[in-house]
Amino acid sequence: MQLEFTEEEQSFREEVRAFLREQLSPAISEKVLAGYELGRDDLVQWQRRLHDRGWGGMGWPKQFGGPGWNSVQQYIFDEESALAGAPRLIPFGTKMVAPVIMAFGSPAQQQRFLPPISSGEEWWCQGYSEPGAGSDLASLKTRAERDGEFYIVNGQKTWNTLGQYADWIFCLVRTDAQAKQQSGITFLLIDMKTPGITVRPIILLDGGHEVNEIWFENVRVPVTNRVGEENKGWTYAKFLLGHERTSIASIGLAKRELARLKRIAAAERKNGRPLIEDPLFAAHVAQIEIDLWALEITNLRVLSADRRSPAAGPEASILKIKGTEIAQSISELMMRAVGPYALPFRREAMEAGWQFDPSREPPGPRYASNLAGAYFNLRKLSIFGGTNEIQKNIISKMIVGL
Amino acid sequence: MDFEFSDEQRQLREVVERYLTDQYGFERYRAIKGSDAGWDAAVWRELADLGVLGINVPAAHGGLGFGPLETLAMMGACGSSLLLEPLIDSAVIGTAVLRAFAGDAAASEMLSRMAIGQEIAVLAHFESDARFESQWVTTRARRSGEKYILDGHKGVVMQAGAANTLLVSARTAGEAGEASGVSLFRVPRETPGLVLDAYPTVDGRRAADVYLTGVELPVAHRLGNEGAALAAIESGLDLGVAALCAEAVGVMQALVDATVEYVRQRQQFGVPIGRFQALQHRIADMLIHLEQARSMSYLAALRCADSNVTERRRALSAAKAVVGQAGRFVGQQAVQLHGGMGMTEELKVSHLFKRLTAADLMFGDSDTHLQRFAALTA
Repeated sequence: MQLEFTEEEQSFREEVRAFLREQLSPAISEKVLAGYELGRDDLVQWQRRLHDRGWGGMGWPKQFGGPGWNSVQQYIFDEESALAGAPRLIPFGTKMVAPVIMAFGSPAQQQRFLPPISSGEEWWCQGYSEPGAGSDLASLKTRAERDGEFYIVNGQKTWNTLGQYADWIFCLVRTDAQAKQQSGITFLLIDMKTPGITVRPIILLDGGHEVNEIWFENVRVPVTNRVGEENKGWTYAKFLLGHERTSIASIGLAKRELARLKRIAAAERKNGRPLIEDPLFAAHVAQIEIDLWALEITNLRVLSADRRSPAAGPEASILKIKGTEIAQSISELMMRAVGPYALPFRREAMEAGWQFDPSREPPGPRYASNLAGAYFNLRKLSIFGGTNEIQKNIISKMIVGL
Repeated sequence: MDFEFSDEQRQLREVVERYLTDQYGFERYRAIKGSDAGWDAAVWRELADLGVLGINVPAAHGGLGFGPLETLAMMGACGSSLLLEPLIDSAVIGTAVLRAFAGDAAASEMLSRMAIGQEIAVLAHFESDARFESQWVTTRARRSGEKYILDGHKGVVMQAGAANTLLVSARTAGEAGEASGVSLFRVPRETPGLVLDAYPTVDGRRAADVYLTGVELPVAHRLGNEGAALAAIESGLDLGVAALCAEAVGVMQALVDATVEYVRQRQQFGVPIGRFQALQHRIADMLIHLEQARSMSYLAALRCADSNVTERRRALSAAKAVVGQAGRFVGQQAVQLHGGMGMTEELKVSHLFKRLTAADLMFGDSDTHLQRFAALTA
């Protein structure tokens, strides 16, 4: 038993750091470290740089053009990227649809779809949730009817993250209305330019346009864009949701944000002293820090066990629940740290460009202007990817078995 | 980065687990707990035969020469079985403190006897006003010719009654709160002027407030240099904290197991109560606390002997705080989910809960360690 990474893993970490030093532009990392939103171009540019280095398909095996990293390497990459202020990759292509295409797609689909995901040329979004199908995903109603070599898709998807940028969407659709809920579902890849698709923004409580509704009206999808077999989509969907175990806790991101919290609390004053010295505030920060430390070791334990035999236990759910709770606590405490200057709210303060326009300086300290918005936005963490309550159902099913 | 136990560590754990499963069932635990002494000399001999008492004693003195990771490996089983004997007090802390005085022939001899179960030595350090601050020593040792004369009061010394020797800290210089000026003395149990006010603790163990009134000791009973014993005392306590964290995780595991079993069996409204989501989520929360605590018990074992004192203390305080908080949650919820049965003396659950309660109150509770962590991290 030891905490230290192996020499090989250490030198891999150095390699990642060197890459980040060379390739990550300050224009991007400054935004990330200060908590601003990134635009589409920032994200695509970063994906390109990774791709040029051979790391575009992170977590992919070599045969599909990935670097063939094991889960420890992916963890190290995620951690270093987060600490350096690199963009968090939009997961829908690289981490969600790509593994499904690799595992269940045809060779033609693999050749067609994987390279542009790696290179950032094609942006994917997710078509799982529907207005009536959230946690109870299998109750989805969007239907696809066969018409020769096409499916005709009708219905509505919602909570499409950054669907406004997407070239493609992967969708769960109902192909057999008679079958039991889980068994009549099919997994389709749909070109967003297909006639009949309408994207409508949903404005969230922080004022941002991050998610969308997507309407399908007689959308014709070639049968060749079906992944795997008809009516077996639920199996692939579950595979997709269960695929992510290594970085779900977002340890590196939480470390970075905790450091930002401490910087803010050191800059803020209470009775003329740094807020970080206030015993109650310091205790709140310390509580988060020890919880995060424990979660980091829990995460490393999962990686360590995975090296021997990857097994699906309740660990991924534990990591998701605690990781999101910690991220939310940090964002909440950051907002509370700035006191009344968390109150002034201008939506544009969330966007990076705004801060750098001296004629439109925000009131109060610069770092305060986006904290409340981030706090509101991050309430999503315990809701998406399987609500934390669903995660607890999963845990108890595994250990209580009732 | 690796969280597997070595083969040797796994073997040790299995030996201890097997012994406790076969020989230390709940009924025997209750009998020992109800006895006058509150611990069983026969069990102590059996543990010595297994080598367990020498876990922390160098091989040169007849021990196994193991360390914190081996202690970690076996303490979980001690927790699950509610082992009452003074394992942490003597075999972990006592030996660790004595090991720091390698040049002292008497200390070496004690270690040899402790490894085979012929001597029990516990640290009598904390005082009633110290509230877990190890530098708060007011007990005085006055030099008088070839003797020291000790006067003072040590509060809640765990297993003092079981010990042949108390390792008593006393000030030979300075004031309470100062790191230097603290010396350590071997005080045989029968020394005149040493009085124990003994009592049971909430978890059914035994402790005592220790009064020293004009206790005369030969100079040779001082361990190490005069006024320079605090580092050794703290190194022993650090190993003790790590061992206690590991034990507490074993207790929590037993509580989670018992609760899972109970909600599967117990029927209300015509179904096992484990079908109810409110209870399912509580169990999920218990498991999360348990796993977070387990992670920190590993950290504590890996760092409790670190030569970087700040890093060591940060890790131990983080661990003790997480384990203390987790222990409160898991213990309270285990009782809650057992309903009225959880309140009874008859069920092991209540005993496990009380042990966790005691563990949080020992060596600094979760708030104390949270504050210590904050101070070391700022």
